[in-house]
Amino acid sequence: MKTKNIFLLIFFFQLFAATLIPSIAVSAQQPTPSDDEVNAIARQLYCPVCENTPLDVCPTTACHQWRELIRQMLAEGKSEAEIKQYFVDYYGARVLSEPPRTGINWLVYVVPPVAFLAGVTLLFRAFTTWKRLTKEPITGADHSSSSGSGPEPAEGSGTAVDDEYVARLEEELKKRN
Amino acid sequence: MLAQSGFGVFVLTFLLALFSVGAAVVGYFDKSDRWVEAARRAMQLTFPLISLATLMLAYLLVTGHYELQYVYSVTSNDMPFYLKLTALWGGQAGSLVLWSWLMSAFASAVTLRKWERDRELLPWVIVVTSVTLAFFLSLTILYENPFARWWQTTGGDFVPRMFAPAGAVPITPADGQGLNPLLRHPGMIIHPPMLYLGFVAFVIPYAFAIAALVTGRSDDRWIRLTRRWTLVAWLFLSLGLVLGMRWAYDVLGWGGYWGWDPVEISALMPWLTGTAFLHSVMIQEKRGMFKQWNMLLIILTYALVIFGTFLTRSGVLSSVHAFSQSAIGPMFFAFIGITFVTSVALLIYRWKDLRAEVEMKSLFSREALFLLNNLLFMGVLIVCFWGVIFPLISELVTGQKVTVGPPFYLRANGPLFGALLALMGIAPLSAWGRSTYKTLGRALWKPSIPSAIVPVVLAILGVHNWIALVGFTLVAFVIFVTLFEFWRGVRSQQKKQKVNFLVALWQLAGRNHRRYGGYLIHLSMVVMAIGILGIELYQTTTQKTLAVGEDIQIAGYTLRFDSLAQFPYTDGRIVTRAALSVFRGDKFLGNLYPRYDYYTASGQPMTIAGVRSTLADDLYVVLVNWENVSAAQAPFKVYHNPLVNWLWIGSLMFIFGFLVAAWPEREDEKREGKI
Repeated sequence: MKTKNIFLLIFFFQLFAATLIPSIAVSAQQPTPSDDEVNAIARQLYCPVCENTPLDVCPTTACHQWRELIRQMLAEGKSEAEIKQYFVDYYGARVLSEPPRTGINWLVYVVPPVAFLAGVTLLFRAFTTWKRLTKEPITGADHSSSSGSGPEPAEGSGTAVDDEYVARLEEELKKRN
Repeated sequence: MLAQSGFGVFVLTFLLALFSVGAAVVGYFDKSDRWVEAARRAMQLTFPLISLATLMLAYLLVTGHYELQYVYSVTSNDMPFYLKLTALWGGQAGSLVLWSWLMSAFASAVTLRKWERDRELLPWVIVVTSVTLAFFLSLTILYENPFARWWQTTGGDFVPRMFAPAGAVPITPADGQGLNPLLRHPGMIIHPPMLYLGFVAFVIPYAFAIAALVTGRSDDRWIRLTRRWTLVAWLFLSLGLVLGMRWAYDVLGWGGYWGWDPVEISALMPWLTGTAFLHSVMIQEKRGMFKQWNMLLIILTYALVIFGTFLTRSGVLSSVHAFSQSAIGPMFFAFIGITFVTSVALLIYRWKDLRAEVEMKSLFSREALFLLNNLLFMGVLIVCFWGVIFPLISELVTGQKVTVGPPFYLRANGPLFGALLALMGIAPLSAWGRSTYKTLGRALWKPSIPSAIVPVVLAILGVHNWIALVGFTLVAFVIFVTLFEFWRGVRSQQKKQKVNFLVALWQLAGRNHRRYGGYLIHLSMVVMAIGILGIELYQTTTQKTLAVGEDIQIAGYTLRFDSLAQFPYTDGRIVTRAALSVFRGDKFLGNLYPRYDYYTASGQPMTIAGVRSTLADDLYVVLVNWENVSAAQAPFKVYHNPLVNWLWIGSLMFIFGFLVAAWPEREDEKREGKI
């Protein structure tokens, strides 16, 4: 019985060792994440304490600890998305380099293109109005009545193009514009 | 005693500025030259007075009067003389003094000239400049007094006050905290005055614009009168921005020059409207168009100048709560609001008088392309403005702060900057007035051919990033167009004068400084664009802890860690300096000495990168001071920054181009009596 117990103990020990050894081997094979791997994620995050400083270049002790935390999480096999989410959960959306595309934050992405397109539309409408007006006789003082409005040179005539350019240049130089 | 006198001078100057405003208004409405003259003299008197107060402050700074809170906070015994002097603008109170001093200097200079032809504008130019001056002086007197001294209250607290609190005793510290180490860099010493010169100089064209609006003058006289002021403002603002970039590159140790930080953007925004204005006023001068738009642009520029100062001085960027606690924040906010609303109301009042004298004739004319250029600048402005204020809006509405960082700005502004580059190439080839796609096409095809070869060559050389291919093609296009313009002009000059190429070039540029100086500025911008494209698209970085003798590789370079030394320096720094050898293959290229300095008095560190600079690239090595450093091993972060030096070369070219553009034209001087 005693011998049987010893064998059982050895068996369970071997079983335990057999389950343990692969995990030891795995952790031995998984090297500590490099600085570059840590920085690849840290540069996408902003220091929650310092203003507008990416985590990969922030010199504070707190940021050093956060970089070490990223290293540890990478070593634990966490993905980039999981690590970023961890920081957002703990410190808020301000750690991300851009506002998450949710709720009111959509405004940051929508307002500039809408405003720019509104400007383009206004400009286009103004252009078409002007074009319509210029078909009618132009009244009022034209500051450059002859500027660029000389006779059109014949198509493909190199000399004519040059002459036109020289005439225009001379006129513009005289007008200092 | 000196401090009390300095404060007294500021109060007197403030009252004088207020008097100047009142006298100018009375003089205008009563049509009294005597009142206007009194206003002018009062305005001119502010300059020697503020100079005197500034000199007093400078004396107190260099002689170490640490009983003054400002002197205590920005100087220390171990600082060299020149740094004690430049500490004048090293803190909030001092920088506001600098603002006021520059404002009074410029306003005095403007009012020095004889005003026969434009007498009606004078009172309102005085009003605008004096109101601006009085506002900044009020901040100095009420909230940011550089002459306030330390007192110890009966409760034992140390407080800075101008006058003794009840029962308090004066305190004189033996030494000061010293200037922030980050500000002890040549770039940072010159950067703030340059930026402020640009900011304040833009007040002058704004003052004339408001004067034109109030008096109902709808001609372009105000633009012609202030053309040089506008150029000077733009030059200094541009230089201020570039120096700020260089400072960031040298001192901040993150391998870049521009981080899309709100403080940087606040200086960029008036530059954007100012640049749009510089282009747009040409259309008014040439064609009598866009009068309303030009007014709006200069009003916006002024508002953004004050807004930029407000953003950096009010604490609002840290948090909206800091803003509400800040004393000067609400003052700034109110001032911007009042001046902007008043200016826009005036513009609306004169809207009909400012109608264009002619209509746009062609979509391909130079004025149409300039308008498109303005639209693009406004697009960049919207992106920047919205990106800066959105975190504040988010905090106000949701209570949660967000970061709007570089990815947002780069994605939104990249295409706009690309389009601006394209326009920089196309617009000089278009004609004023009637220009058709045919005439423009005929002018475009020659420079387009060599430009089209550029992406092919780059692709063969291994450049496959499409943004780089488009960017470098546009750069090449602008360069070819500009050189083509010079060549055609010179050839025409040669035909006319029968002179050699260089003489013809000299004569050509001499006939129109503004045009050819402008082209040189365009060239400088695309040279800067080469540097920006290089570093933004191709920067690589790596970080590793090295034992002595170990190396690190990046972009074909090998850097070997040779040694590390730590030693005290005469000005109280403890310097930790590493020595590395740089190799390309087996070839030894030289040594680099990255270091970090620890300022014991203030407890602040400063990182100085070791940089190997060539026209092709920069090798930028940082001793990562926040990690574990020892004589045996140290962590290094290495950046490879391709082409970045072209950014600085372009900046130097820009100054040259500006000098050509702004060089006085004798006929103009006689004709217009410029100021």
